[in-house]
This record gives sequence, structure tokens and C-alpha cells, in this order.
Amino acid sequence: MDLYEHQARQLFEEHGILVPRAAVTDSPGRARGIARELGGRAVVKAQVKTGGRGKAGGVRLAENPAAAERAAREMLAMTIKGHPVRSVMLARPVDIEAEFYVSYVLDRAAGRFLAIASAEGGTEIEEVAAARPEAVTRVPVDPAEGVTPRKATEIVRAAGLPPRTADVLVRLWEVLTREDALLVEVNPLVRTAQGQILALDGKVTLDDNARFRQARRAERETAPDDPLEAAAAAKGLTYVKLDGEVGVIGNGAGLVMSTLDVVAGSGARPANFLDIGGGASARVMSDGLSVVLSDPGVTSVLVNVFGGITACDAVADGIVAALDAVRPTKPIVVRLDGNNAARGRAVLGERAHPLVHQAATMDEAARLAARLAHLS
Amino acid sequence: MAVFLTKQSKVLVQGMTGAEGMRHTRRMLAAGTDVVGGVNPRKAGLTVAFDVPGAEGRVGIPRTVPVFGSVREGIEATGADVSVVFVPPAFARAAVLEAADAGIALVVVITEGIPVHDSVAFNAHAAATGTRVIGPNCPGLITPGQANAGIIPADITGPGPIGLVSKSGTLTYQLMHELRDIGFSTCVGIGGDPVAGTSHIDCLAAFEQDPDTELIVLIGEIGGDAEERAAAYVRDHVTKPVVGYVAGFTAPEGRTMGHAGAIVSGSSGTARAKKKALEEAGVRVGETPTETARLVLERLAERTVPRNGVRR
Repeated sequence: MDLYEHQARQLFEEHGILVPRAAVTDSPGRARGIARELGGRAVVKAQVKTGGRGKAGGVRLAENPAAAERAAREMLAMTIKGHPVRSVMLARPVDIEAEFYVSYVLDRAAGRFLAIASAEGGTEIEEVAAARPEAVTRVPVDPAEGVTPRKATEIVRAAGLPPRTADVLVRLWEVLTREDALLVEVNPLVRTAQGQILALDGKVTLDDNARFRQARRAERETAPDDPLEAAAAAKGLTYVKLDGEVGVIGNGAGLVMSTLDVVAGSGARPANFLDIGGGASARVMSDGLSVVLSDPGVTSVLVNVFGGITACDAVADGIVAALDAVRPTKPIVVRLDGNNAARGRAVLGERAHPLVHQAATMDEAARLAARLAHLS
Repeated sequence: MAVFLTKQSKVLVQGMTGAEGMRHTRRMLAAGTDVVGGVNPRKAGLTVAFDVPGAEGRVGIPRTVPVFGSVREGIEATGADVSVVFVPPAFARAAVLEAADAGIALVVVITEGIPVHDSVAFNAHAAATGTRVIGPNCPGLITPGQANAGIIPADITGPGPIGLVSKSGTLTYQLMHELRDIGFSTCVGIGGDPVAGTSHIDCLAAFEQDPDTELIVLIGEIGGDAEERAAAYVRDHVTKPVVGYVAGFTAPEGRTMGHAGAIVSGSSGTARAKKKALEEAGVRVGETPTETARLVLERLAERTVPRNGVRR
């Protein structure tokens, strides 16, 4: 899960990294009050989990509280790259003398974290790396040792950062490990005219798998913007909304991704990704089907299950249960193979619902679902 | 021969007495795996009886499997060299570290939902102790007709000349099903997490050395650059034919598609880039699982063409 900037800022602050004074709000009126408390001038920043915010007009310097209120009102009406702006952060402006970049990212191939640092902060690090690779320093971190003050000194020296930034790197490693983050990035890390080292903007991605041991995770989690994704999340389903017309349900992430591709190859567009997982029960199948059928963009549904651990008869029972509960008006193409497939097909055959079609193979099922999607 | 897992492998199951562990231990035994023990400090000294179904038409043989208090005790009593981990995510790190320290050669981590920092830690430790980790968040591996370490259904297909490596469990099953008339040497599910103990490359290297493997199927998906690295490895080091498949062409940027590691970040990790890299390395890549299976059949047929190019 990606955090909002203001949440990342809060984590940095909790771990002793200096950040500018700031507050977050969803009300233009309160934005005016916050600006006043900050001394009149404020940087108003739209809170969205996407890059390119500055270019979209989501970061503005307000010279006085009235201007801050105006900027906040405008930003709260904006949608940046499909992300509606639900809140703004107001921060006290600082006099920047130099901008740096520091982050810890997962090096998937090496199976460990990398410290990345550059004396050229303020722009996207990918751009710096592309233009001047020598300006970006990468140092692998031994997970057993972590980032000690000595290691941090090695990193900032290699990158040509001021020695005092080493402390930030040590604390940032604490953020990464203690909060179970997959990415922590400070960009820019600045030296102010007064000589302070401040984290001006940051990005944090938390590991969803660590929820069980991160007691404060729930307060940082926000429901998905998309109502269907929110409904699916509430039912504990692994669902991603796309914008096509064929609803897709399958078991196993790889098979479902593959099913989306096969649907696309059959001349239709997948409407969603929905993985009912291994060993799915009839209940999960039924929940999944009701979410997918409630998508107004869906004109046909493809259920593609290869039963490894999942029993196809349980899947079929779930479909039958959903038929009674949801009363679908859209055709459903079902392909069942593997564990208990014959029994599953028989369950659907006996139910003989006019909208349920069975297909023998995945490709055939996708073609049929695509054709039915275009008919309705 | 096969890779990583054979008839001779002696398998411990960490977390055998849990619901998943019980269910899959029974299936592993049914597939002929030499499961020599379970590990659970709270149930040490007990034995667990499994009603193992026989192969078609044959009566099942009940089996009892002892539970040991630690992996080390299990090794001392049985000579186990493989461990399959079913423990919940919160205990997985300790389980893998214990297995590595006890000297297990291969640890297969089925558990899904392990925090990445834990995977990073146990992989680094396993590298130091010389332990191979497969997974986490994987279906394990099967050498059909010999042994099964994990949750891959053993009844899809039998032994044959194809070696398979995949990030995805169900796509593995799908391909095994499509190619069930040919059969497999070993199928390795390396898992869909961002950090995997065993990579596509490790499996390619093993299959290249394995006399039982004539052709390699490589299944990848969006996220990271493991497939691109595998492509470079194929180009430089693999002489056997390789057929590939990549899932996730229609995945949107920045969204995690089921597997924790399946995410396109900016322009990196796309299915298109992976397919291109594989094809440039001489790997034929199928558009669908079914087409991938067809390409495998074609390549196998080519291998039986005599040198003069006349078939039969």
C-alpha cells in the first residue's frame, strides 16, 4: 500500500527525521486557518497517490491565508491522473539551499534492499539516472547488519552528500524496517539556508503482508476510490477494476492475468481482475460473482477455474448459489478443469440456467464470453 | 534424475499438524513422496496416521508419520534433506532459519503472505548456509512419479521430458494439463512474491544439466526483471529448447495483480518487455497457455527429426 505524502511525513517525523511544519485538511476554510498558523505563507499540496502532481497544478505557493484557501478549494475539485484530490497538505515554506535524493528500494533480483542516494535531488530519480548515471549512487544493504551510522556515512560519502545527512539515512532505515515498508524515498531532502536538513517530500510503500504485526496499519489504510473495489475489499476479495466489458473470475493470480490476456486476444476488453485464490469456497465464488455482476460496464462474465487445490464442484456450487442470490441478467461462461471438474460441470448442467454456458477450454471460453459481451 | 527433488528425497513437513499441512502431507504421501516426519515443538513424540489413498483401483495403505520437536531432531532421526514449510506467515521466518541452521538442503516455502523483510532475511541466511529456498508463496515442486514437495496436484500428469519453471501455481497446473500426454521431468513453482529464494535462472541451470529434461517451459508474469535476466541466461548458457509464456499484458500500471510481486512500475516489469527479451534470446513465446503447449509439441517434434531433415 502506498501512503499519502502527509502520512509519509508523519512516519518520518515519528522516527526523528526533521520535516517542515505542516497540517492536512479537506476543507478550504480550515486551509486558511492552517496557513495563518504557519505564519501566513504556505505551500499547498494536493494529496494524491500518483506522480506528476506538480505539473498538474497540485503544488502551489500561497502568499497569504486567503490565497491558501483559494488554492485548497481549487485543488480539492481536481482529479490528477484519475485520482480525485480528497485532501490537501499545507506546509511552511523553507529556503532551500541544496536538494538531495535518498531512498531504500527493494532489489528483487538480489533479494535485498538498496540504498540509493544522489546529490541531485528534486527531480525524478529515473530522469537523473538516465541523463547522468554517475550522479546516482547505489549501495546494497546487508539485511543482517542494516544501516549503521558507519554504513550511512559510507553511503553519503559515495554520493557526495553532506556528512550530516548520514543521520537521516539511519533513521530512514528504521522507517523501512520497523514499519515494514517496501520503499521509502525522500525527494527532495534539503539543506535550508539556516543549515537544517529537512525531508521536504516523501514516498512510502508499506508491505501489505506485514499487516498482522503492524498494529497501527488500519488507521493508515484508506478504502479504494472505486466503489466496486471498495465493495470487493470489504468482502476480502482480490479484485482490480479495469474498464472493459468481460468480467473475469479465476483462481490463482497467474491464471487470472492470463485469462485477461486471452479475453483481450479474443477481441473484447476485460472488466476486472478477480482471483478467488486456492481452495476457494462456494461462498467466495458467490461473493465474487455478485461483485462482478454489479459492475454496470460488464456485459458478460467469464469464470475460468483450473482446480488444483480448488475443487471445481465447490466453484459450481458457488455459481449456483450466486444465480439464486443475485439473479443475473448477463451471460456467464464457465470453464472448469482439474480437481472434481466432472462433478462441477454436472452441477451446472443440472441447474441448466439459461444464462450459464459451459466451455471446454480456456480459449474457447474467452471467445464465447467476448462474443456474448458484444451481443448484449 | 530430475532436478532438486527425487525418489530419494526425505521430506520433513514444518507445520504438518495444521489443517493445510495435514491435507497436503496426505497428498504428498499419496504421490509416493518419502515424508519422514513433521515438525512441531508442541506435538513432539506424537505420530500422525494418514489414510493414504492408493493409485487407481488399488487399496490405500495407512501411513504413520512421526512428529519431531525440531528440524534438527528430525534430521538426526531420519536423514531428512528437504523441508516443506506450511506454517503461518508470522512463524515462517523462524521456520526457514531453523531448517537452514539444521542443515536441510532444500526448503520449500508454501506459505503465502510472508512480509518481504522476513523473506529477505531468511534468503540471506540461507545463502550463507548453502540452503536452497524455493518460494515463498509458491506451490512447491513435483517430480512426477517420484516425489511431490508442496501442493501441486500429482494426478495431472506423469513423468516425461519437459522441465517447467513458473511464478504461478495455476498456470503450472494448466500447462501440465495441456501437456499431460508428454509428461514432465520436474515442475518448479518459484512463487509470486517480489523476493524468491530460487529464480528462473537457477531452474534453467538445473534443467540444462538434467539428462531427463529435453525441453524447458518458462512461465513468467509482470513485475521485476526476472524474465529479462532469464532470457539473457538462456541466450548465453542454455542449449536445450526453451518455450516461454508471460502473463499480464492487460495489467494496468501500478496495480498489484494478485501476487505481491506482480506489479508494473512505470515502464518496468511489463509483459511486453519480457516477451521481447525472451524472443530475442531465441525463446518461442506463446500468446496463450494453449498456444504455448502447441509450441512445446512443435519443438519436441523438431528434436526427433533426423539430421538429414527427413521425418521418419
